Amino acid sequence: MNLKKALSAFGWRRPGMANAALLGLPALWFAGLYLAAIGALLITSFWTVDDLSGNLIPGFSLTNFQQLLATPVYTRIALRTVGIAAAVTITDVILAWPVAYAMIRLADQRLRAVMMAAVMVPLWSSYLARVYAWRVILAHNGLLNWALMEIGLPRAHIGYSNWAMWIVFSYLWLPFMILPVAASVERIPPSLLEASSDLGARGFATFRRVMLPMALPGMVAGAIFTFSLTLGDYVTPMLVGGRGSDFIGNVVYSNVGVTNNIPFAAAYAVLPLGVMAVFLLIARKLGAFDAL
Amino acid sequence: MDDTRHGLGTTTGAQVTQPIVQLEGVAKTYGGAVALSRVDLTVHAGEFFTLLGPSGSGKTTTLRLIAGFERPDSGRILLDGQDVAALPPFERAVNTVFQDYALFPHLTLVENVAYGLRAKKMPKAEAHAQAEKALAAVQLANFAGRKPAQLSGGQRQRVALARAMVNRPRVLLLDEPLGALDLKLRHQMQQELKRLQNETGITFIYVTHDQDEALSMSDRIAVFAQGQIEQVGTAFDLYERPASAFVADFVGSSNILGNTLLRPEKLHLVPHAHAVPEGFEKRHGSVREIVYLGAITRAIVALEDGGTMQVMEANIVPVHGGLRFAPGDSVTVAWPRAASVIIGGSINKGEQ
Repeated sequence: MNLKKALSAFGWRRPGMANAALLGLPALWFAGLYLAAIGALLITSFWTVDDLSGNLIPGFSLTNFQQLLATPVYTRIALRTVGIAAAVTITDVILAWPVAYAMIRLADQRLRAVMMAAVMVPLWSSYLARVYAWRVILAHNGLLNWALMEIGLPRAHIGYSNWAMWIVFSYLWLPFMILPVAASVERIPPSLLEASSDLGARGFATFRRVMLPMALPGMVAGAIFTFSLTLGDYVTPMLVGGRGSDFIGNVVYSNVGVTNNIPFAAAYAVLPLGVMAVFLLIARKLGAFDAL
Repeated sequence: MDDTRHGLGTTTGAQVTQPIVQLEGVAKTYGGAVALSRVDLTVHAGEFFTLLGPSGSGKTTTLRLIAGFERPDSGRILLDGQDVAALPPFERAVNTVFQDYALFPHLTLVENVAYGLRAKKMPKAEAHAQAEKALAAVQLANFAGRKPAQLSGGQRQRVALARAMVNRPRVLLLDEPLGALDLKLRHQMQQELKRLQNETGITFIYVTHDQDEALSMSDRIAVFAQGQIEQVGTAFDLYERPASAFVADFVGSSNILGNTLLRPEKLHLVPHAHAVPEGFEKRHGSVREIVYLGAITRAIVALEDGGTMQVMEANIVPVHGGLRFAPGDSVTVAWPRAASVIIGGSINKGEQ
């Protein structure tokens, strides 16, 4: 009892020590594991592999990056990855808005709880199961084409294609967009929307001139999720993408597991890091972090 | 109405009184709770009209119904004779000054003030020029490029005012606009509001729970209680001829004996058994409490026949030896018969 008292008194007298005690463990984790792993990645990306023995050769060599830049297929894969990540992000912003708006501004307490649960439930079930479900839906003899034929429409050829990846990624990460957008819509004081209407702005003008700019931090937070999660994925391209639908992650995966060229995999994995850095800089420029 | 007889508090008496806002049998409930039950009200063009009442009395609901943020369950809301009850806020020629100011935090002051003009498709250059003029009118010309977060409460209040008035609304609705300001600033803004209203001639409908504010600014006041209007009248009407015990009690301090109202400042305190002039009534008692307030002294007297009375005496004569009475003194409370008012005696409950 006395020890407890002494400890809390000590913490009160020296707030710096109290903070250090609280943050020590997370800081250790962050520095020791998180930053160290990225550091190891960066360092390894400059290593090479002996062609014959397969042994790692430490050192500083730009061979991996030169090879990446010189081979058109890697450029194509990088553009495909970033392009689909961007398309998924835009799609999810567009899909998230009506849901977030209805959840916060239209629904009553009960309906809001139901909607919140409906948004979250998919997150509690297996990622693999959900991707496989989409595989079944989009396959050539799948649910989608069966339904199209039933109503007399021609088959769609979107199974095992970039379209399939776009649809499945948009579905997978949608909750990560809805939740931050809903949170930022909730933070807009209702009186601001009334003021806009009072000043003569119709519904859409109020959305464009008040809600959209004020919810920007939420959209950026959601976009960080949808963009980076798509950027780093390799399972969905494997399951619903076709031949020639590889992502950066698939190249990394095959270089680690199949060809055992870890330095080359590391060099390619540096690219998403760079893309995310640029993404975050643009977000900051847009003022998305002003509210933090 | 005999508003003009006593010549106090009205500016409308001299003008042609033309109704600008009319509520006819307006009722509003929120999930079973009655906010407003069949209210009738007429506001005249150019008036400074105040909706006064305690919280939950229906005054803010009335304002929101006029603005269009709420739709009435029944009844008609006329603006310039046209029923606007079904029109959304953006189609009504009224503007609101919100209690929390509701300035757009992501826009500069000039963009905030120009918002209404831009919404009506005015070209940007012209809208900004007008907005800057409006900001100058509330002494904020040098702040046009700032964001609301960089302003003090009083400055935000003035921006909210400029943003509403720049649209030249038929009626300006003000929802407890001075509630968040400190006392000194509030008095300053009261004068400022009155000046703006006089200069522009715009009809003001002003919601407050502060009776001093209502009495000092308004041409006419509607007193709300429990979703109904207790009385509509000038400050003089409400104070001197209250239509109900609620009004008598809510507006100013009061002693209510049965259905008779006695205002504390009209009473006199004399030593016990002191002679009382002809035409005066009196009650005996003893002083329970004396509070010296500078300009006046307030005494609470416990009456011999039960109950208490509050007496306020102006400290006109310099008192050399301190206060005239102390707690425990036996005293007589006296008042001229004309000072007692029958509550609801001159009925002007509701609308004329």
